[in-house]
Amino acid sequence: MSEGPLLTVEDLRVAYRGRSGPVPALRGVSFIVGRERVGIVGESGSGKSTIGLTILRLLPQSALVSAKRLCLLDTDLMAASERAMRSIRGRRISMVLQDPKYSLNPVITVGRQIAESYKVHSGASTREARRRALEMLEAVRIRDPERVFDLYPHEVSGGMGQRVMIAMMLIPEPELLIADEPTSALDVTVQAQLLVLIDELIRRRRMGLILISHNINLVASFCDRVVVLYAGRIMESLKASELALARHPYTQGLLACRPLIDRAQPELPQLTRDPSWLDAPDESRRGTGA
Amino acid sequence: MTTTPALPTAGARRSRLPAFFVHLLRLVASLALTFLGLTVVTFCIGRVIPIDPVLAVVGDRALPDVYERVRMELGLDLPLYQQYWNYLAKLLHGDLGTAVLTARPVLEDLMRVFPATLELATVAIVIGVVFGVPMGVVAATSQGRWPDHLIRLTGLVGYSMPVFWLGLVGLLVFYNALDWVGGPGRLDVYYEDIVAPVTGMLLIDSLLSGDTDVFWNAVSHIILPAGILGYLSLAYIARMTRSFMLGQLHQEYILTAQIKGLSRTRVVWRHALVNILVPLITVIALSYGYLLEGAVLTETVFAWPGLGRYITFALFNADMNAVLGGTLVVGIVFIGLNLLSDIAYYLVDPRAR
Amino acid sequence: MSVETSPKPVTWHDWLLAEAPQSRSQARLTRWYANWLALKRNPLAVSGVIIILALILMAVFASWIAGQSPYAQLLTARLEPPSMEHWFGTDELGRDIFARIIYGSRITLLIIFLVSIVVLPVGILIGTLAGYFGGVFDMFLMRITDIFLAFPRLVMALAFAAALGPGIENAVLAISITAWPPYARLARAETMTIRRSDFILATRMQGASALRIIWSHIVPLCLPSVIVRLTLDMAGIILIAAGLGFLGLGAQPPAPEWGLMVSSGRSYLLDQWWVATIPGIAIFVVSFGFNLLGDGLRDVFDPKGL
Repeated sequence: MSEGPLLTVEDLRVAYRGRSGPVPALRGVSFIVGRERVGIVGESGSGKSTIGLTILRLLPQSALVSAKRLCLLDTDLMAASERAMRSIRGRRISMVLQDPKYSLNPVITVGRQIAESYKVHSGASTREARRRALEMLEAVRIRDPERVFDLYPHEVSGGMGQRVMIAMMLIPEPELLIADEPTSALDVTVQAQLLVLIDELIRRRRMGLILISHNINLVASFCDRVVVLYAGRIMESLKASELALARHPYTQGLLACRPLIDRAQPELPQLTRDPSWLDAPDESRRGTGA
Repeated sequence: MTTTPALPTAGARRSRLPAFFVHLLRLVASLALTFLGLTVVTFCIGRVIPIDPVLAVVGDRALPDVYERVRMELGLDLPLYQQYWNYLAKLLHGDLGTAVLTARPVLEDLMRVFPATLELATVAIVIGVVFGVPMGVVAATSQGRWPDHLIRLTGLVGYSMPVFWLGLVGLLVFYNALDWVGGPGRLDVYYEDIVAPVTGMLLIDSLLSGDTDVFWNAVSHIILPAGILGYLSLAYIARMTRSFMLGQLHQEYILTAQIKGLSRTRVVWRHALVNILVPLITVIALSYGYLLEGAVLTETVFAWPGLGRYITFALFNADMNAVLGGTLVVGIVFIGLNLLSDIAYYLVDPRAR
Repeated sequence: MSVETSPKPVTWHDWLLAEAPQSRSQARLTRWYANWLALKRNPLAVSGVIIILALILMAVFASWIAGQSPYAQLLTARLEPPSMEHWFGTDELGRDIFARIIYGSRITLLIIFLVSIVVLPVGILIGTLAGYFGGVFDMFLMRITDIFLAFPRLVMALAFAAALGPGIENAVLAISITAWPPYARLARAETMTIRRSDFILATRMQGASALRIIWSHIVPLCLPSVIVRLTLDMAGIILIAAGLGFLGLGAQPPAPEWGLMVSSGRSYLLDQWWVATIPGIAIFVVSFGFNLLGDGLRDVFDPKGL
C-alpha cells in the first residue's frame, strides 16, 4: 500500500473561456494518488483528459484553473512558476498520450526523441543520451533497438510507437505517470501486452500511475482503485476489487452496459443519466484508499 | 512477451530509391510539357497576335530589305504549325533571334544582363527569409496579441505596396534626402569596369579580385532596391510561415514536447519549425519567382542593368524578339524553381522517401 | 421545398438566427446572416469595406468631389505644391492632381470590373466542365490551367501588352489571360465535391442534361469561394495594372490613371515630389483596402489563421 500521497488534488475547478461565458470542464474534483495505480473512468466530455493536462499545467491560456490544493509530494503545482513546471514535467510527472501517429514528431527519428527526453533533464552528452535511449528501448521490449533508434514514427507500428512513447516518458525516471487512453488506438491483441509492460515498469520503479480511460473493464482489471467521473465531478471512488459493490447509479449503469460473452443478452442496457448527478455533492471523499 | 516488428524494414527503404527516380522523371516530363506550353504562348504572342509579325520583330522604322529578310526568316508563307516547329527548333538551339537595339543575338544579351537581376533577387530573398521566417514564427506564437497584429499589419502593407512607387520614394528619402545609400545603377560611375566579370555578380566578383572599395560601393547601391524587394518578399514569407506554424502548434506532438519539459523556444524552433520546412521551401521558391517579376519594375526605377530593364527597354523599342526572349527566360526560371522545390521536398521530408 | 409548420418568430433577426430552420432557403439565409455578422465584427473586413466604398463613392460622385476638371491644363500653374486651391498641387501640365486622383478612381474601378467579368466566367466554365466530366477532358483542361499557372504574371502581361499595343482593353486582356487559372482550379475542386451529392444524382435521374445541371446547380455553389478568392487577388491585380500603367501600357495620356501619373511625375521627383508620390499613395490605399477585406473574409471563412 502507499505510504503517503504522491499527488493530492483538492477541489480542482477548471473552466474554458467561451464566447458566452466560461464553460466548466471540472467542477470540484478531489482525489489522492499514492504509489499505486488509480484509474479514472468517464465518458467523452466528462473532463477526464483535462485532469492530466491540468496537473501538468499545460492547459491553454483561455483556461481558468483553481484548486484548494494541487501538490506533488511537497511541491505546490498551482503556485509553481512556468520555469519550475518545466523542470517538473518529464522529470517528476510524465504523460503518455493516445496515438503515436500524432503524438510523435514525424520528422525526427524516434531514438532522438527519446534521447532528447533524457538530455533535457540530465544535461548529458549526445552519446550518453543515445546509450540511455537504447537501454530504454530494450526495457520496453523492443527487439533490435539499434535499428529502431533510427526509424521515423511513420515507419513503426502502433504498438511499437506506444512503446517508444513510454520509453520517452519514463527515461527521466518520474515519480508519477499519467496515461491518457494509452491503448485506445491499438489493436485489442496489442493492448494487453502494452498494459502489462506499463505495469511492470511502474512497479519496478515504485511510481504512481493515473490511467485515464473510457473502458471500465480495462480500468477495473488493471488498477488498484477506480475513480468514476461524470460531467466534471466525481461520482464515486472505490477499490477496483470492490467494483461490483458500487453504490452510485452511474457506476452501476456503466458496469451494466458491458456486453456479456458468457450469457445470452436479449437487450443491451442503456445508460440513463439523471440530471441530479450534475449537482450532487462531492463523492470523492468516500473510499479514497490508504 | 513478444515484441511487435516495425512494418517496413531497412531493406524496403533502400528499394525506394528507384521510386525517387521515377518520380523525378515524371516531374521532368511534366515540366517539359509546361515549357512547351510556354513556347506556344510566346510563339502566339510573337506571330499570331500582332497584325504584322514582321513589324513586330523589326519595328516600324526598318528598311525594306531588312523587312524582306526577316519575313523570309520567319517563314510567314508556311503553315502555322510548321512555323511553330521552326521556332521551337531554333529555341532549342539557343537561337532567340537578334535584338534590334544591340544587333546582337538575344541569347547573348540575356546572358549579359541576367546576372545583375540574379544578384538583386538573391540578396532580396536572403533579406526576405532572414527576417520573414522569424517574424512569422513570432506572429504565430503570440497569436492574437500585439506582436501578431503588428507583424500581420506590416505584411499587409507590404502586400499592398506598388513596388515602383516604393522604389521612387526610397530613392527620394534614403538617397536624395539622407544620403545613406548609393543612387541608381549598380556602381558609382568611377568604379565601373574595374572588376573583371567572373560571375557577372558584382558582390562576388569584387570579393574575388580583392577590390573591397568596389565591393562596398556595390553594397551601397544594391541595398535599397534589394531592401525594397526584400520587404515585399518578407511580407509573403512571414504570412505563410505564420499560417504554417499555426497549423503545427495545435498538433499533438507539440504537447508531447511540452510534457517532456522542453523550453518554449526549443519546442517552437526544434520541433515545430522543422515540420514546416517543406512547405516553406515551396513558399521561398515561389517568392523568388515573384521577386524576379518585381525586379522588372524595380530595375526601371533604379536604372539597374538587369533582365527587367532589358525587357522594358525592348518593349519601348518594339523589339519583340528581345521581349519574348526575356519572357521565355523568366518562364524557364519559374519552371526551374518549381523543379528545385520539388526535389528539395523529396530530400527534406522523411515521409516522402 | 418543405412547408413551414410553426408560426414565424417575431422579428427578422430572430428568424435569421433560428436554431432549427424550417426551409432550405431559410437555412441558407441563416448561414449567410451568421457569416455577415461575423464579418461585421471583424475590424479588418470593416476597414476594407469602408475603403472600397470610399473608392466607389469617389468614382460615382467624381464631378462633385473633384470640383475641377482633371484635363484642364494651365501651363502657368505648372508643378505647384499643395495649397488651398489645389489640395494635392498641380502636375507638369498644370492640371489639378486632386481632381486627377478622384477621376482616376473610375479607371481603377473599370479595370477591376473588366478583369472580373472576364476572369470569373472563364475560370468557372473551365473549372466546372473539367470537374464535372472528368477523365481525359479534365486532364487536358487541367494541363492547360497548370501551364498558365506556371507563367510569371507581370512579365506575361508585359509581353501580351507589347504585342497587343497600349490601351486599357489590352491591359485588361493581358492581366486576365494570366489571372484566370486559380479560379478554374477552385471551381473544379468544388465541382468534384458537389457532383457526387445526392441532390445532383436526383436531378440527373429526373433527366436534366449535364449543362443544365452545371448551370443551375453547380455554378451557384461555386460562386462564393470563387468570389472570396477574387477579392483576395484583387489587390495584386490592381498592382499589376498600376505597373502596366507605370510602363505606359495601360490607359494612355491624358487619362488620369494612377500608375501613369507616377511615371510622368518621375522626372520631377526631386523638387516636386508630390506629382509622383500622391498617386502612388492612392494605389496603395485601394490595394490595402482589398487586402484588408480579403484578410477579413479569410478570418471568417477559415478561422485557423490560414
